[in-house]
Amino acid sequence: MSEKIYVFKVFERFWHWSQAGLIITLLLTGFEVHGSYSLFGFEDAVNTHTLAAWTLVGLWVFAIFWHFTTGEWKQYIPTLVKVDAMFKYYLTGIFTHAPHPFKATRLKKHNPLQRLAYLGVMLFIGPLIWFTGWFYIFYDKWTEWGWDQYLSLEWVAFFHTVAAFLMLIFLIAHVYLTTAGHTVTSHIKAMITGWEEVE
Amino acid sequence: MLVKRLQYLALMLGIVLAVPVVQASSDPAAEMKPAAAVPAPAKEIRSTADHGKFKELQKDFKSGPEVTQACLTCHTEAAKQIMKTKHWTWEFLNPESKQRLGKKNVINNFCTAVPSNYEFCTACHVGYGWKDSSFDFNKQENVDCLVCHDTTKTYRKLPGMAGHPPYQDTEFPPKSGKIVPAVNLKDVAQNIGKTSRATCGACHFNGGGGDAVKHGDLDSSLKDPKKYLDVHMAKDGLNFTCGTCHETDGHNIPGSRYTPIAKPKDANPHIRGKNDSDPVTCQSCHGNKPHPQALSRLNSHTDKLACQTCHIPEYARGGKPTKTLWDWSTAGKLDKDGKPFKTKDSGGHDAYDSRKGDFKYEANVIPEYIWFNGKVNYTLRETKLDPNQVIKVNSFEGSADDGKSKIWPVKVFHGKQPYDIGNNQLVVFHTYGKDDSALWSNFNWDKAIDYGMKEIGAEYSGKYAFVSTEMSWPITHMVAPKKDALACAQCHAPQTGVGRLDKVPGIYMPGRRANEWLNTAGWGLALLTLLGVLGHGGLRIYLARKGDQK
Repeated sequence: MSEKIYVFKVFERFWHWSQAGLIITLLLTGFEVHGSYSLFGFEDAVNTHTLAAWTLVGLWVFAIFWHFTTGEWKQYIPTLVKVDAMFKYYLTGIFTHAPHPFKATRLKKHNPLQRLAYLGVMLFIGPLIWFTGWFYIFYDKWTEWGWDQYLSLEWVAFFHTVAAFLMLIFLIAHVYLTTAGHTVTSHIKAMITGWEEVE
Repeated sequence: MLVKRLQYLALMLGIVLAVPVVQASSDPAAEMKPAAAVPAPAKEIRSTADHGKFKELQKDFKSGPEVTQACLTCHTEAAKQIMKTKHWTWEFLNPESKQRLGKKNVINNFCTAVPSNYEFCTACHVGYGWKDSSFDFNKQENVDCLVCHDTTKTYRKLPGMAGHPPYQDTEFPPKSGKIVPAVNLKDVAQNIGKTSRATCGACHFNGGGGDAVKHGDLDSSLKDPKKYLDVHMAKDGLNFTCGTCHETDGHNIPGSRYTPIAKPKDANPHIRGKNDSDPVTCQSCHGNKPHPQALSRLNSHTDKLACQTCHIPEYARGGKPTKTLWDWSTAGKLDKDGKPFKTKDSGGHDAYDSRKGDFKYEANVIPEYIWFNGKVNYTLRETKLDPNQVIKVNSFEGSADDGKSKIWPVKVFHGKQPYDIGNNQLVVFHTYGKDDSALWSNFNWDKAIDYGMKEIGAEYSGKYAFVSTEMSWPITHMVAPKKDALACAQCHAPQTGVGRLDKVPGIYMPGRRANEWLNTAGWGLALLTLLGVLGHGGLRIYLARKGDQK
């Protein structure tokens, strides 16, 4: 019998999946606005992108509030302990069915690599995408607010796109690594049901 | 999408709420009795003065100037006001460039020049009798009131009569067998009124020698336009006249192609009547944030785009094709009987005319788009030119970063016309006249140019050739209803050569020409990541299967 622990609370799961849906929508529409392809049509892409962006902002306000009131923010404190073991596991152990070096608990739900990756998303990709995004959204106010002398739409769009590419790369790696838990589906099941198989 | 749905919902709600109101207000109308009992007046006069009752106008006028003298007995200042305007002087000194412009001075690439052809061209002068350079610009009775204030639609000035209407029945065009009846000056004078699309259009729709020829956004289809053609002038809509926007003060009509307003002030929308220096701009009524909150993103375009860029999707939309090319160099071919001839294009428009050369007409034309800051520089007759280049008869200044420009739609008109190869200057030539030197009399360019240049007292080397020319016209009329305005993707188009603003330099436009370096790096890294995880996963599956087999 494998052991199961309750890792992800209802709000976390709601946050995760709505955020996933919004980010995929934002990527799909964003790259269309960027000019990479035609899918929804430019106008609908822009409108959907803007709507999804504001929704995600709202979601983040709730998430930040939740993390601080519950103390869950501590889950993202970076650590280098066992980082080498995680790398070693992904590079060799995973192929030989070696035991997963990290055992999730309610107090430590993320492995050290996850901690680093998510912190990077939240502290680097996040702010980059939010700030450039807000500059972008408020483009029509630049003159009124006196920002036009400091900003150029081309560069705002450039860094927004840089962040979008980083988010895309994160998404690809993240989706794949969900299969790299104790079993192929244990991470995904945990994010759906809240319960993670740990042994 | 969501926004559209919400708008639709709001609209439906609005209709449901509005229906009882409409019904209520229509009830009293239904009870109204037909007005048959009251004898209807012959003609409803909205003005407080019926000119038909003025004794000054109870007279069989023999000529236009006689009518003007009658007008001036009451309208004492009218002629003096007219005399200050370009409509009278055909002259304009650009205060900034100091270029001396106006029809009297400019050489364009349509009919080219007025001097030596006065009798013909001055059919569109607001005066009588300008048949040569000796015309007296100070004689008040020479002002033509009727051409602008006629309401009978019977007043017509014919080329070749130096600005007079026909006082006798006249065959026009000559030898055509068509008779233009003599004008009834008394009737016209007694029925004068405000200017109309038809009176302004009598000249402005026919610029360049015929209907729709010159401007592209002004032609006779605007006399009675449908809404799709012009949302302001539509008879079943707002029914604007030209003067509604070109709000005139003391006969001085605002709006100029010599000094256009490219980037109007950000005025708050207001009603007419407020003192306004730029009444003719879209902004003077609509302001610079004209789109509703739901479409507020469009307002972020107004600092870079002229309203016309999106709201006039095409010009020459009224069924009248406009001329886009005029090649004078082929003029003068004669048929086997030695007679001038014409050929028609598939649309029934002149493709060749011995008197004028080759033409091209186009309808529903997509404009070209340029940065424009309102400054226009002309290649004047005195300007030295480089005949190896296409000569820009007028060139529009502007750039993405001068802070004074907006992106404007323009009609670019291509021509080929004679120039003096000795002096590298454009020439004035004598097109029309009853003498031996006119081009249209004997098709001799040497004589025509020689005569024209002597007329203006300019030096001519005696040798001419033809040079390619280009002239730009800002597109500002034929404003379409909002549903026909450009959609986002018509400019924000990823493929080169597709977007309307593809060739406009100096701006970043989302969706257009993304940074290639960023794309290569971004997609490259994403692809590497994908390959990495696929390889990793593949190896896991492969090794797992191998393990199972053991």
